[in-house]
Parts: sequence; structure tokens; C-alpha cells
Amino acid sequence: MSVSTLQTSLVDRAATPPRPAPVRRRGRVRYALVVLAFLLPSALPLAAFVLGPMVAAAWVSLTEWNLIRPAEFVGLANYGKLLSDPKTGEIFLHTLFYIAGYLPLVYVGGLALALALNARLRGRAFWRGVYFLPVVTSWIAVALIWRWLLNPASGVVNTVLGWVGIDGPGWWTDPAWAMPSVILASVWKDLGFVMVILLAGLQAINPELLDAARVDGAGWWRRLWSVVLPLLSPSTFFVVVISLINGFQVFDQVYAMTGGGPGGASQVVVQQIYDLTFRYGRAGEASALSWILFAVILGITVVQIIGQRRWVTYD
Amino acid sequence: MTERAFARPTPRSVLLHAVIIAGAAVMFFPFLWTVVTSLTPGAGLSFTPSLIPTDPSLEAYARLFQERPFARIVLNSLGLAVVTTLVQLFTSATAAYAFSRLPFRGRGVVFAIYLATMMIPLQVLIVPLFVELKALGLINTYLGALLPTFASAFGIFLLRQAVNQVPRELDEAATLDGAGHFRIFASIILPNIRPALATLTVFAFMGSWNSFLWPLVVLRKPELQTLPVALAGLQGQYTTAWDVVMAGSVVSILPMLALYLFAQRYVVQGVASSGLK
Repeated sequence: MSVSTLQTSLVDRAATPPRPAPVRRRGRVRYALVVLAFLLPSALPLAAFVLGPMVAAAWVSLTEWNLIRPAEFVGLANYGKLLSDPKTGEIFLHTLFYIAGYLPLVYVGGLALALALNARLRGRAFWRGVYFLPVVTSWIAVALIWRWLLNPASGVVNTVLGWVGIDGPGWWTDPAWAMPSVILASVWKDLGFVMVILLAGLQAINPELLDAARVDGAGWWRRLWSVVLPLLSPSTFFVVVISLINGFQVFDQVYAMTGGGPGGASQVVVQQIYDLTFRYGRAGEASALSWILFAVILGITVVQIIGQRRWVTYD
Repeated sequence: MTERAFARPTPRSVLLHAVIIAGAAVMFFPFLWTVVTSLTPGAGLSFTPSLIPTDPSLEAYARLFQERPFARIVLNSLGLAVVTTLVQLFTSATAAYAFSRLPFRGRGVVFAIYLATMMIPLQVLIVPLFVELKALGLINTYLGALLPTFASAFGIFLLRQAVNQVPRELDEAATLDGAGHFRIFASIILPNIRPALATLTVFAFMGSWNSFLWPLVVLRKPELQTLPVALAGLQGQYTTAWDVVMAGSVVSILPMLALYLFAQRYVVQGVASSGLK
């Protein structure tokens, strides 16, 4: 959202020239009060509960603090500690593993669904609704449902696998399968979201272009590859940006499905921030890790915005 | 042309339908399985429930509401979601009006800062936010859970787009009739952005109803918990009582499902428009 909105905001500002300011002094004060009246209801909470804490987190990250005793200034020690701790690399690797599994699956699946549901079809709205259902379900419910579906002993997935002679894995109880289990549940939940975004992109494509390609003898795959995907690139870009932002922040489903286990095999960055703060009382380190995470997200988003010129076509 | 395509199924359209129906069945199965499990007492202790429960019972639901303050928990979630939604509608609409209709020096910068707050992950804020709310004495209070949700950059952006589309001639006509900004906001702008307000209502409600990390941190007493937090907690308490856990999931999903069915158009529109440039 943020990327496209920033662009829109810049365009929009140019499009609405400011009205000539009121001349009389009393009128100007009155006008300022009107502006404040409309702006403060949102500005106050944002300043008090987003921007303020954001700055405060930077300060906390420079201290050693267990939330009880007074904080002690330690400079960049927390950052140094995190960067030299192999655990930090591990949790970022787990997070990247999650993204690497999740993003291709959810994109290809969502694209396939969008293409299928873009065709002439009876009851299209109904099917779209079914696929969208998991999107409105909470992450916690989704995680619990999948923990049960993938229960190694009496879960339905392993039961069905057993019918065809496959000995199902231990899923979330097995270090090697814990993260794939989380990925599976996440893809199921977000498929409908990606589908709806890509469907909106598909419907904005001028059908004449596809007809022209067909007249030129381009087959289905060729049309998909050379016409549809390039024209869909703004929607694809949005999905990738949002998925990466959300992917680095993955927490709810990990917390409820594996708790980061077994044996830390699926520990991700945010779970570590939570554990550092509320289990180990190392708030300074947690804040430093939060800022590292924020810097990574910001960096990747900025790189994508710069890099989009190479592959995203806006008409 | 469309009519004819429906009347004469080609092998290709039959295949397409088959794939879509099969896919939908796979997507829907986990929900079905959740309901089936919740109606099968003792499910998961040692056996896999059968798809059609031989002896369906509401025992799991009874246990859910008797052994935990679950009725209270549902009310907590409901109350927080309603208040969050109402407040967000107010703060988003007023801000949207300012950003669309009230030019002032530095407006572009202020708007950019608003939008930037969307990129800040809640996790970055969790420690100082917790400390701040603790200093205010608001840990374990509903107000503490509510305050950080009062303004939503997403909501402001969504409504500003809508306000921008209301023709300015309407404002000008009202100004000539002697209406001030408050009158124009209330009687011209708000009625004209109803679909966007509906979209925001659904999103704000859904966001609050499903939110987990902040309620987990700020509402630590069992009787103050919200549904997702209580659900996550059920797991520890009844390690293997999957019938109870699934009953809790059903309770948490049903209200969202009802809201979704009622407002499907607005949900889908909201997601779709957020993806367009």
C-alpha cells in the first residue's frame, strides 16, 4: 500500500493548487483552528502511539534494561551483541526461508486462481467468496486449524496420506517440517487476498491487446508470458512489496503453530523480539533487533521501488 | 455472446469448472473439518474424527463457556472492535477532509509522515508502547488496548481517495449558501463517501477482531483477553482437546463470516483498490 500511496500523494499534491490564503488576520486564526480541529483527532494518536514510541525505541535500543530496574546507557553494545551472535543470523535465515517458500507459492497460486476466475464462469462471485474466506479469518484460528489438520498422530492429512501408503511427516513436531507447516497454513490464508489483487489487475487489461496477440497467432502461454504478465506487473509489484513487508514481520501464525520450535527450528525475528522482551527481560536488545528489522524492511522496500523501473510497466 | 458460452459447454470450460470446484473444495475443507471436530467429543485424544460425526454433540462448546470466561472474552473482542471501528471512522474521515479540502503550509510533508507510519511494524513499537501505557497506568485496561488503534493511516488514505472524488462544486455551492467547513463535512462529504466508509468499517472491525500481538501484551488478565489471545491460550491448557480448540475457532470465525457475507462487496473492493496504483 505504502509504495503506491506515496506515489499518488506526490501526483495529487501537484494536482490541487492551494487556494489563496485568507487575508484577514482574524480569519487566518480561525482557519488554523479549523484545520487543527480536523487534523488533531488523528495526529494526536499517531504522534503519541506511533511516532513517539518509534523514537523511544531508538533510545531503548542504546540501553540495557529489563523493564524493572532503571535503564543503563550502553551505546551501541546491543547492536554489536546482536550482530556477533550466530542466533541473529539464524532467525533471519528462518524468516527468509519462510518468505522463499511462501511468496512463490502464494503468487503462482493466486495468479492461477485469478486467471481461472477471470474467465466466463457460472457463479464467479460465489467461488471468489469461497477462496477469499480464509482471508477474513484470524491468523490464530488459521494456525490452530492447521496445527490440527497437520497433527502427526490423528490429523486428517496424515490419515489420508496413510490411506495411499505414505507415512506422513511429523509436521510441526519435526524441526525439518515445522517451517513448511507454517508456510502451508500461510499460503492457504493469503491465496484469496493475492487472487483479488491480481484479478483487479487482470480486469484492467484492455481485451483488444489480447485479441491482437491472438490474431498474430500467439498461443495461451505466449499471451500469458508476453502480454498478460507485463501488463499485470504493477499488481505483481504490489503483491511482492506487501508480501515481503509482511513476511519479515511474520509472527502470529508461528507463535500459535510452533512457538518457534521445536528446538528453535522455526524461530523468526519477531518471535525473538517478543521472547527477548517478555521472557528474558532484555528490552534493550529487543529494541535494537526491532530497529534492525525495520531497517531491513525499509531497505528492501526502497530497493524495490528503485528497481521497479526495470520491470514494472505503468501503461 | 456470454449467454451462448454458458449454454454450450466446451470441453475446456468443463475442465475449468472442474478445477475451480475442486480447488474450492480443498480451500473449504479446513473449515468443514473445524466444525466436524468441534462436534466430536474427545477428538484428537487418540483418534481422527469421521467426516460425518456418528454422535454429534455440543459438549466442546459447553466446556468452552463453562471452564473459561469465554462469554466475557467474546464480549471483550466485540466491544473493542466496535469502539475501534467507530473511532477510526471519525479520525480517518476528519483527517481525510483536512488532506483533501483544507490547504495549509506543509500539508504534503504531514501527509507523507502519516503514510510512513504504515510502514512501521508494530513490533518495533512494542517495548516503548508497553512502557508508555504502563506509565499511564493503562496495562490491563480496555483503554490501553484501544488507544494505539485510534488512528489508522490506511483508513485515512482510503477515505482521502474517496473525498477527492467528491466534486468540489458541491462544496462551493454550499459555501455560497453560507455553510462552514463543519457543515460541508457533515452534510456534503460524509453522505457522498458512504461506500468508502463501509469498506473502512469492515477493515477496521476485522483488524481489531483478529489482532493478536498488542492485546496479548497489554491485556494480561484472563477475563480481559480477546478471542485470538484466548484461543492461543486454549492450546496450552488443553493440549490435546482439539474439539474444544476447534469450538473456540468456530466461535471466533462465525461473526467475521457473517460480517463478510454481509459486506463482501466492500471487502473485495477495498482489497482490489489498494492494489491499483
